Amino acid sequence: MKNEFKIIANLLPPQSRVLDIGCGDGTLIEALIREKSIDARGIELEEDNVKECISKGLSVIEGDAETELSQFPDKAFDFVILSQTLQAFYQPENVLEQLLRIGGKVIISIPNFGYWQIRTSLLFFGKMPVAKSLPYTWYNTPNLHMCSIKDFYQLCEKKNIKIDKVIGINGKKISSIYRINLEMKNLLSEVGIFVIS
Amino acid sequence: MNYKIKNIKKIIVTKPLKLDCGQTIKDFPIAYETYGKLNEKKNNAILIFHALTGDQFVASDNPITNKEGWWTAAVGPGKAIDTDKYFIICANVLGGCMGSFGPQDINTENNQPYGLKFPVITIKDMVRAQESILEYLKINKLLSVCGGSMGGMQLLQFCALYPDKTFSAIPIASTASHNAQQIALNELARQAIMSDPLWNKGSYYQDKKIPKNGLAVARMAAHITYMSEKGLQEKFGRKLQEKKDYEFTFDADFQIESYLRHQGRAFVERFDANSYLYISRAMDYFDLSKQFKNGLSEAFQNHNTKFLIISFSSDWLYPTKNSKEIVIALNASGANVAFAEIKTDKGHDSFLVEEPEFLKTIKGFLESNFEIFKNEK
Repeated sequence: MKNEFKIIANLLPPQSRVLDIGCGDGTLIEALIREKSIDARGIELEEDNVKECISKGLSVIEGDAETELSQFPDKAFDFVILSQTLQAFYQPENVLEQLLRIGGKVIISIPNFGYWQIRTSLLFFGKMPVAKSLPYTWYNTPNLHMCSIKDFYQLCEKKNIKIDKVIGINGKKISSIYRINLEMKNLLSEVGIFVIS
Repeated sequence: MNYKIKNIKKIIVTKPLKLDCGQTIKDFPIAYETYGKLNEKKNNAILIFHALTGDQFVASDNPITNKEGWWTAAVGPGKAIDTDKYFIICANVLGGCMGSFGPQDINTENNQPYGLKFPVITIKDMVRAQESILEYLKINKLLSVCGGSMGGMQLLQFCALYPDKTFSAIPIASTASHNAQQIALNELARQAIMSDPLWNKGSYYQDKKIPKNGLAVARMAAHITYMSEKGLQEKFGRKLQEKKDYEFTFDADFQIESYLRHQGRAFVERFDANSYLYISRAMDYFDLSKQFKNGLSEAFQNHNTKFLIISFSSDWLYPTKNSKEIVIALNASGANVAFAEIKTDKGHDSFLVEEPEFLKTIKGFLESNFEIFKNEK
């Protein structure tokens, strides 16, 4: 399981109700059920992934989170997880509102466009960045709304969303992010994980 | 058709059953078939609900047609619903014509077949009648219930009535409520039957002059709705039936015409016209949300059943939208639900044919749930 998933799993209390949006082949929810008796569900867009999840006995529904989230009642889950996909929605702001509506808390990870390697790619080479956390080229990327950790931090502040915790990931290193070290962590983190409510 | 089929397993339901229409029936037969072995703990049983024109012969030869069972694609040794592992039960629905209580049975009041004197039944009546089979087999909780089309409707009704009687549920290409188009298509079929002079207001059993033509047309119309436009085009296109050119008559010039006529002819040999009327009516009356004050999601409130909803992309009779409504209701009630739309050109009939992705998904779902269910309690 990738580092990010391990960090997310550690944030979740046992036996909580969790929805993993864009759950892929179900690696995370399977681990959550097995290791922490979490009531974990998933939504996934790719049909093959969905069928794999179902074959493993996971409660995963095929669908696009952009349109599917409205079916869930308010606070249907203790936690809603969105791993590195907010930037791929047509209307990330709407999706964010839905996440906060259906989840007590929301865990969102974002590939950080403020990471120094991304910045230097554009600054020195004049090319759209391609990195480990952003492996696509400009003409085939699903990422429509890239943002940095700082951007997302400021969005939360602007929308009066409570930021409970921010974790920066750089390779194997993880660190806490606060208002005070935001500039530095925005430069040094590949991925940011936000816990908001 | 042969109304007295021998060697059919039946139970006689002695407990009075008050039907939705107000009438009460008792001491009536429900015919059933089983496959595989019920294990000692009785935790490997799967109840299959059949569709409009199906019957209990899921995976064994049909005694009337001598053809193989209607769901051998999915049910059998080593198959998706593995008879080596699971104990499969399927009952003929109330109103059916394969041994269960139906309009062709003799009314003891006048020693005549019921015909239209048979009470109008609903999906709920069918399900409550079938529940007696579980009582008879002393099964407290099923591993799963499974059914496509009208089978899926019975399944949803079953889950709503008996939330604790099954661990998991697989409604396939189904709906929680018949919509205007679905009712319209059933009405078309019923009118075809009732317009046949031999139908004779449902009294045709005595002289054996059965309304074959009407029933065949009903079947032909229905058959078209079971296939997708693309599926039809690929299979038949404009191909001619054993001829080089048009004959400028109204005989079956096109292969599709010949195919439909054949389907109609074969069907009347095994199915009763009145049963078709009654069962299709039950489908039209089906609207699960109507049974609950707060709509469909209330039907599944506080359920622990694990649902797997499946639809097929090219099914226009019970389209994905219908399945999605079930998913939404289940999610709204916090139920445990998985959903997949299988991409296929085979239309509504996809669930009956060899459709590897579909079968693989069911197989995996059942296997993983069997593991969990076995270790429960």
